[in-house]
Amino acid sequence: MKLEVNKLTGGYGAELVLDGVEFSVPSGAIVSLVGPNGCGKSTLLKLIGRVLRPRAGDILLDGRSLSAFRGGDCARCLAMLPQHRHEPAGLSVGELVAYGRFPHRHALGLLNDDDRRIVDEVLAMTRLTALRSRHLSTLSGGERQRAWIAMTLAQTPRLLLLDEPTSFLDICCQFEIIELIKELNARGGTTVLMVLHDLNLAAACSDQMIMMKERKVYCAGAPRNVLTVQNLRAVFEIDARVNYDDAGCPYCLAMGSARKRDHA
Amino acid sequence: MAFLALLALCVLAFMFSVRFGELRLGLPEIVTTLWRRDGGLDYQILWHIRLPRVLLGALVGASFAVSGVILQGVLRNPLASPGIIGVSAGGGLAGIVVMVLLPRHGGAMVPAAFAGSLLAALLVYVLSWKRGVSTIRLILAGVAVSAMLGALSSAVLLFNAEKAGGVLDFTIGSLSTRSWRHVEQVWPYMALGLLMAQALCGRLNILALGDDVAVGLGLQVERVRVALLATAALLAAAAVSAVGLLGFVGLIAPHLARMVIGSDNRFLLPAAALLGATLVMACDSVGRVVMPPSELPVGIIMAMVGPPFFLWLLRKVSYEA
Repeated sequence: MKLEVNKLTGGYGAELVLDGVEFSVPSGAIVSLVGPNGCGKSTLLKLIGRVLRPRAGDILLDGRSLSAFRGGDCARCLAMLPQHRHEPAGLSVGELVAYGRFPHRHALGLLNDDDRRIVDEVLAMTRLTALRSRHLSTLSGGERQRAWIAMTLAQTPRLLLLDEPTSFLDICCQFEIIELIKELNARGGTTVLMVLHDLNLAAACSDQMIMMKERKVYCAGAPRNVLTVQNLRAVFEIDARVNYDDAGCPYCLAMGSARKRDHA
Repeated sequence: MAFLALLALCVLAFMFSVRFGELRLGLPEIVTTLWRRDGGLDYQILWHIRLPRVLLGALVGASFAVSGVILQGVLRNPLASPGIIGVSAGGGLAGIVVMVLLPRHGGAMVPAAFAGSLLAALLVYVLSWKRGVSTIRLILAGVAVSAMLGALSSAVLLFNAEKAGGVLDFTIGSLSTRSWRHVEQVWPYMALGLLMAQALCGRLNILALGDDVAVGLGLQVERVRVALLATAALLAAAAVSAVGLLGFVGLIAPHLARMVIGSDNRFLLPAAALLGATLVMACDSVGRVVMPPSELPVGIIMAMVGPPFFLWLLRKVSYEA
């Protein structure tokens, strides 16, 4: 599903967090949003995910304005994994994943054979089948994250928004999540837009990167055009070296802060 | 399976409650007495005193319990109980005002307490609104409004200390002297509230995952939240107006049910209703038999027997917060 964002402005109350943001995500692409803390990445995801209303500008899904969708219709093609979520005591993995079928629910809220098949498939794909009756509170961080991603996959979205899906996970779990996202993208053509803090991970797994700075998109494009020494200095205020692996994919090594210290 | 056990437990509590008290009859005698409708003393006691009392206890217990399940889900807080949104304090103040200042209008007691409860809940909701309702603001507004209304109640009582005795029953929660009139006054609201709760419980599951997740799943968060809060307020208001400020059922019945049934509100809700009804009927029966001929109000038994039992269960069943 193609996503276009036009002159998007929004924030919380009087505070403006995004100012005239423009970019587009081609159908079937994996795109990561990077930028320093407070630059508006999560807010952008919340605006696309309808948690916040835009002050101005437009968001288009396959050319159709987001505001023209009814809530339920939207949730059937667009799924979002937010950072803030709550795990009720006693909630099991299977129950959580089945809640992903909520936008597709039928009379009396019961699951039909299709729903059950999708839940089974998603559990298998995220390797959670053996854990389906376990309580979320008894899982490790990586398993828990996979369970939440499985819930969004059960929505069978064509566009998936993920807010820091790899944060607080060990390096192996990070790769598991990224490989899961790539597999999903390759298998079903799901378009993915995610916020990532690990620049090298983002460069390695994305078709495109969008770098944000102070409420605006600073630059966007293929990872090797975005992850450059100049951009890292301008946006993250770091001195960095950038190298390329055998496949030509860039990776950076941060050498230190380039922030000007007035008092020094 | 667990449901059948809960249902059996509820029926048992009902039979126990109908059987014991000042008048003790065997179950066959009770059935034949009620069947014959002979108008004798036994019949009078059973039909006009015992049955409405037991039935009202069951209704009140179910209402408090379901109200508690809804609030624990909506506020995402295991400590939430019907008192948290101001219903107890509001109903308490209105009830006390009627009893102490307008003693001639005893009949206005139930409607006044009902209105007071709902008004207090509305006040809490309005005060916590700022570009939508946050659960933290709602809880804090509830605590603040309850404190204020509680102080007003105390002031009214203080200036009318000579009449305060009769009020005690109400502030503890009591089923004594309740009749069919009380049942008639509150059951339609309770039935409506229980139906609304059952209709909304699938959405409550989604809302309990957090606002952002719920929006992502296509839930109309503010609309569903206000519908759920209104349902919880309606149930608690009806219950408070019938028996007074009976605490603790609304807190523990949801937790007990969760230990048996799990966290899916579609099953949790009816289970908690059965358990709440069981608890109130059982505690009321105990209050009637422990020290005859006088009786202890159900609220006292509930607050004395409930916590130890609850704590014992908490330790027995592994239960992550």
